[in-house]
Amino acid sequence: MTDGPIVLVDGVEKRFGAVRALSGVTLDLQAGECLGLVGHNGAGKSTLMNVLSGIMVPDAGRIVIGGADLTERYSAVSAMAQGVRCVFQELSLCPNLTVAENARISHPAISGIGWRRRARALIGGMLDQVFPGHGISTDDVVGDLSIAKRQMVEIARAFAVTDREARVVILDEPTSSLDGVSAEKLLAHVRRYVAAGGTCVLISHLLGEILNISDRIAVMRDGGVVALDSARAFDRKSLVAAMGSVAEGLQGPAAKATPKRADAPAVLTARPETKSETLALSAHKGEVVGLAGLSGQGQTELLVRVFRHAAGTEVRGDVALVAGDRQTDGIFPLWSIAENISIGSLRQFLNGILLDHGRAQAFAQDWRARIGIRTPDVNQPILSLSGGNQQKALFARALGSTAGIIVMDDPMRGVDVGTKQEVYAMIRDEAEKGRTFLWYTTEMDELRNCDHVYVFREGAIVADLPHAEMSEEKVLHASFRDDGVRVSA
Amino acid sequence: MIGAIFSPRVLRGLLPPLSLAVLLISIFWLQPRTMSYFGLNLLLNLAVPIALATIAQMFILCVNELDLSIGGFVSLVACITATWVQETPLFGLLALAALIAAYAGLGALIHIRQLPSIVVTLGMSFVWLGLAVLVLPTPGGKAPDWIRSLMTLKPPMIPFPIIASVALALIVHVALMRSAGGTVLRGAGGNPAALARAGWSILRIKMTMFALAGFFGVLSGMALVGLTTSADANIALRYTLLSIAGVILGGGEFVGGRVSPIGAVIGAMTLALAGSFLSFLRLNPDWQIGAQGAILIIVLALRLLIRQAEKRR
Repeated sequence: MTDGPIVLVDGVEKRFGAVRALSGVTLDLQAGECLGLVGHNGAGKSTLMNVLSGIMVPDAGRIVIGGADLTERYSAVSAMAQGVRCVFQELSLCPNLTVAENARISHPAISGIGWRRRARALIGGMLDQVFPGHGISTDDVVGDLSIAKRQMVEIARAFAVTDREARVVILDEPTSSLDGVSAEKLLAHVRRYVAAGGTCVLISHLLGEILNISDRIAVMRDGGVVALDSARAFDRKSLVAAMGSVAEGLQGPAAKATPKRADAPAVLTARPETKSETLALSAHKGEVVGLAGLSGQGQTELLVRVFRHAAGTEVRGDVALVAGDRQTDGIFPLWSIAENISIGSLRQFLNGILLDHGRAQAFAQDWRARIGIRTPDVNQPILSLSGGNQQKALFARALGSTAGIIVMDDPMRGVDVGTKQEVYAMIRDEAEKGRTFLWYTTEMDELRNCDHVYVFREGAIVADLPHAEMSEEKVLHASFRDDGVRVSA
Repeated sequence: MIGAIFSPRVLRGLLPPLSLAVLLISIFWLQPRTMSYFGLNLLLNLAVPIALATIAQMFILCVNELDLSIGGFVSLVACITATWVQETPLFGLLALAALIAAYAGLGALIHIRQLPSIVVTLGMSFVWLGLAVLVLPTPGGKAPDWIRSLMTLKPPMIPFPIIASVALALIVHVALMRSAGGTVLRGAGGNPAALARAGWSILRIKMTMFALAGFFGVLSGMALVGLTTSADANIALRYTLLSIAGVILGGGEFVGGRVSPIGAVIGAMTLALAGSFLSFLRLNPDWQIGAQGAILIIVLALRLLIRQAEKRR
């Protein structure tokens, strides 16, 4: 063991188009410690982990492992060779292979006659060590296992040692798909592993877990580390405070008006499909309703159910949807801008059974001007536009329809600031005219534009905040479960 | 215990051999004379090249691609075998080796340029066919003697096609399903991103799988000429669909790296036998292709039912 940090990232930067995911992160990992890593959506945790595991190449900065500067030749392979392991949130097992075969995939040293026996012993032994009583056979095909068991296999594989050491194990939300008992076993193992000289990075939104297990805690916000100290220096309150920006309310442009709830009629009510206790969401005519919380807590599912007028929702009127993932759900990549805009309202341009292309064209022209899509000609292919302008075209598609309710699935991902401001103004404007918006957003700032915010956690609505009571702190507090003490390590 | 034996999982695995058994028994019942060394030899002879082509297709399906050119490819190999390999063996064998290399190149092209394999191989099927016509403009040629004598071997007790099929299934099973290297190849069908993260080269895996497909395609063409003694450019065009159907009948799937070499060989034999079965029924040949399709639909419907039972548990 050398003295000094086992891993040092120094001033690492990473951009995705207009978005700066990491802005000069400096972080050191010591042998024999567990570092907790917390932050709200988009703080840069996952990007940092991808850089550490060699999957993403940073735009700037250094990566030093065991005292050697590896920035130039750092890749997934060299990360493995250096003993840096990562357990990703999205599972990286092959579902068509057995547990033992999956162990072989990440341990090429297991080969030759009798490899199967050795692979079974390796992964089975590790599973017994981390999750005693796991009930997984090493000959089970991974695709047949439950999500929790797959996660266990993946974690055990990361801790398993062949000729490749496991010097640094990065766990990204490892307990989110485990039950309480398994989670405790894992955290106890992390402590044993760290006590034996290993290094662990634990990313979690369960703050109690982080406070109990970590030796040090790093708090990330807006692509940088904003606080880094011994775990004893933090408590739940100070962690939440560090994650938010300078304490201020979220009252924005919406504040000027008196609450609309009082006199406008309700146009929709919906309740998330969950077994746990949940509040119901309701939206009144002309309101902008925000859906907040960490990403993937059931917000998109609720939007889709509203869009489909599914059972359990009460929706009055048509619904149009603005997709968040432009490339897969939003645009028709081979079509022109005009076609992409008018597809949502083709019924308006029917002339008998035929389509009146002239009117569709004029409609697209009109919306290009109203929404400010920067293109000389709407007959250009949609891919000739920048990301922000593509998103504007999707807004034009939804706003151009006759629907009274517009649901938006985190539509501003990767959009530049200028475009965002224009779109916010447009949304307020349309809301004044009587349209209702359901807006799922992962960005705290966008909640300023909402008349009412519902915070989601684990598939349920856990907080219901009118505009006047809204604050970043309240949203964060509701987003992170108060899970108390789970492990006495 | 009994529950374990009849679990949907086991049933799913048993479906291909059971279909084959049902078909064989029906044939024996319709025409008892086939239940002999000579009868089985005749019945299963042509199943060998189909089984080889099916194995070739299986390697491609295993990495989530599809090969629509295998029929044309096998035809081209048959033409080369009946001409060049027969006349100038060294040159002929070199040409076949070059074809295998071309297959590996196709794998690389599809992976690097992210092209849909269906389009690339559909285009290549015309290339192979055109080359086959150039090599052998009119039906003819002659099978090399050594291939002819291999394919007409009369081993004691068990007919050659059965020995060849069993050997083929077992060899590929050990190489792909049991070996450490084969595990990595299959993993690339299950979760390519995870494999790349673990430091494996997907390009090399794809090239390996396509080269293996080319190799077994070559074997298929040579075996076919050994049986028919001469070749023609259209000799194996129907192998494309037969090979895909064979893999699927044998329990394989189009995506996800879920394939079974033993199942693929069984599937190929089932399809080959289905033709004979329908002839024994004295079914009008015009209806035979439709009836073959019906057999396929029945077996796949059974599989769907089993899978639904599995989901319910």
